[in-house]
Amino acid sequence: MTPTSLIGAIQDRLAARSRWHVLEIAFWLAALSTYYLLPGKHLILTEIAILALFALSLDLILGYAGIISLGHAAFFGFGAYVAGLLAVHGIITEPLLALLASGLAAMLLGFVTSFLVLRGSDLTRIMVTLGVALVLRELANRNGWLTGGADGLQGVEIKPLLGLFRFDMFGRTAYAYSLGVLFVLFLLARRIVNSPFGLSLQSIKGNPLRAAAVGIPVNRRLVAIYTIAAGYAGIAGALLTQTTAFASLDVFAFDRSADLLLVLIIGGTGYLYGGLIGALVFKLMQDYISALTPQYWPFWIGLLLVVIVLVGRERITSWTTPIRALASRLDWRADRRRAQLAPGSHP
Amino acid sequence: MTAPVLETIDLEKKFGGLTATSNVSLKVAKGARHALIGPNGAGKTTLINLLTGVLRPTAGRILLDDRDITAVAPHRRVKLGIARTFQINQLFADLTPLETVSLAVSERLGAGKDWWRLVGRRAQLMDEVAEILEGFRLTDVMDERTAILPYGKQRLLEIAVAVASKPRVLLLDEPAAGVPEDERHMILSIVAALPADVSVLLIEHDMELVFQFAQRISVLVNGALFTEGTPDEIARDARVKEVYLGETTDA
Repeated sequence: MTPTSLIGAIQDRLAARSRWHVLEIAFWLAALSTYYLLPGKHLILTEIAILALFALSLDLILGYAGIISLGHAAFFGFGAYVAGLLAVHGIITEPLLALLASGLAAMLLGFVTSFLVLRGSDLTRIMVTLGVALVLRELANRNGWLTGGADGLQGVEIKPLLGLFRFDMFGRTAYAYSLGVLFVLFLLARRIVNSPFGLSLQSIKGNPLRAAAVGIPVNRRLVAIYTIAAGYAGIAGALLTQTTAFASLDVFAFDRSADLLLVLIIGGTGYLYGGLIGALVFKLMQDYISALTPQYWPFWIGLLLVVIVLVGRERITSWTTPIRALASRLDWRADRRRAQLAPGSHP
Repeated sequence: MTAPVLETIDLEKKFGGLTATSNVSLKVAKGARHALIGPNGAGKTTLINLLTGVLRPTAGRILLDDRDITAVAPHRRVKLGIARTFQINQLFADLTPLETVSLAVSERLGAGKDWWRLVGRRAQLMDEVAEILEGFRLTDVMDERTAILPYGKQRLLEIAVAVASKPRVLLLDEPAAGVPEDERHMILSIVAALPADVSVLLIEHDMELVFQFAQRISVLVNGALFTEGTPDEIARDARVKEVYLGETTDA
């Protein structure tokens, strides 16, 4: 009964969700080129890549599942300390394996704490996540025998990556490593959000009542994405430890969680690049403004926050929508897709 | 009367001091075209919320094919074959009708937890999605954000999503509410064309729709079952006219 042209159009529309946009390819080529073109900036670029990965993690839960967190540093910090301890005690010395182990440890923590954020409003979630981060920070502070307490974890020595590449003082290895990890995890995240699982998350974000009414196990899905996101944050934290050979209580700091939310507000949520672009803008602004007037950095970031929220007053998370609409108009393939759709739309 | 597919036994729901549902024992027969009517505030939607698990009853039991589902979670009940529409649209504002229907179908096929495959790679799913979109006249808007669709289209999508879960029991909560005249007829014909083996419980204020559709009518007043019968019996019942039909049957 159903014309095959309609089925074709449907397939095409659904496939278009995950098709690579020309700007995406340009974005990653530009990111790669920085490694060769900006050799003197590898240290700050590494910081940006790590912040971007951390923000990507928050975007997975905030942008796709609607879970707000003001304590995401809990997982970042946990991953950072696990990576540090693995290196200090020589448990896993190969950085990439240690990175994976740290991510898994953070996932475990994410799984356990996910049950706290299932119920309740945004405000409850903000408080619960904030609380978890505070608790972890204090635990790390009190257990100085393990973590070094307020002095931080001393004596972290990172062995060469894959046994081949030493971490040099200019951050060449560190940046290539961080960017590579960011890219691989970005690909994975992209795959996840474009899967049926990812679509179901978006539906939960949009309307949990209806999501349950089409048979979606809402809680189980939220636990799953929270656990995955915690793993991402843990890996970001582990990268920080490995690239700086140091971990301190600062990794759990409230500022870190709050800045992360700012990064996502700057970049926008729910399209994966928000965290990446936000991290870039945030770090560059921080770098530039604090070079000019160190004491006024919070003033400018505060002003920016107010402006962004006012511009996107409908919803702070979607102020980039017009820009993205423009981007899709720039994409020549969009016209072709519309043309393909036309026969099916008038049966 | 054939064996009931859905049954409630002395169902009761209290909100503090208010009894919204009181001792309701209702049987929905297999393949039924059953309407549930009653004045505003009679507790019709509360009953639907109890049947679908959105609310937990204070007392009483709910049986689906003789299986006690009183404590079963809402999403599990969908898997067992109960689907519903909402009186006020409950849709995914940022998703398109295509995504919404695909989501419902893929969830029914158990593919919703699939995090590796991309959406739209299963042929069986595509056929079914196409059929539903076409059946509900949604193909021309399938790629628009749901939030910007005209109300009538949203109402159709509301029903399409429920039908996409291929329910054995379909609970329709005022499907025609607020729908403009020409689209109302489309909803009527879609409801009439539902497969005969699907049991339908319809809540509706539109008496034309109720009497055109229902083979059996239950009247709910103040949370309790007032009476039940065939459309003719209900139409003749003076007490029903008194509490409810008073003005509307003259029209």
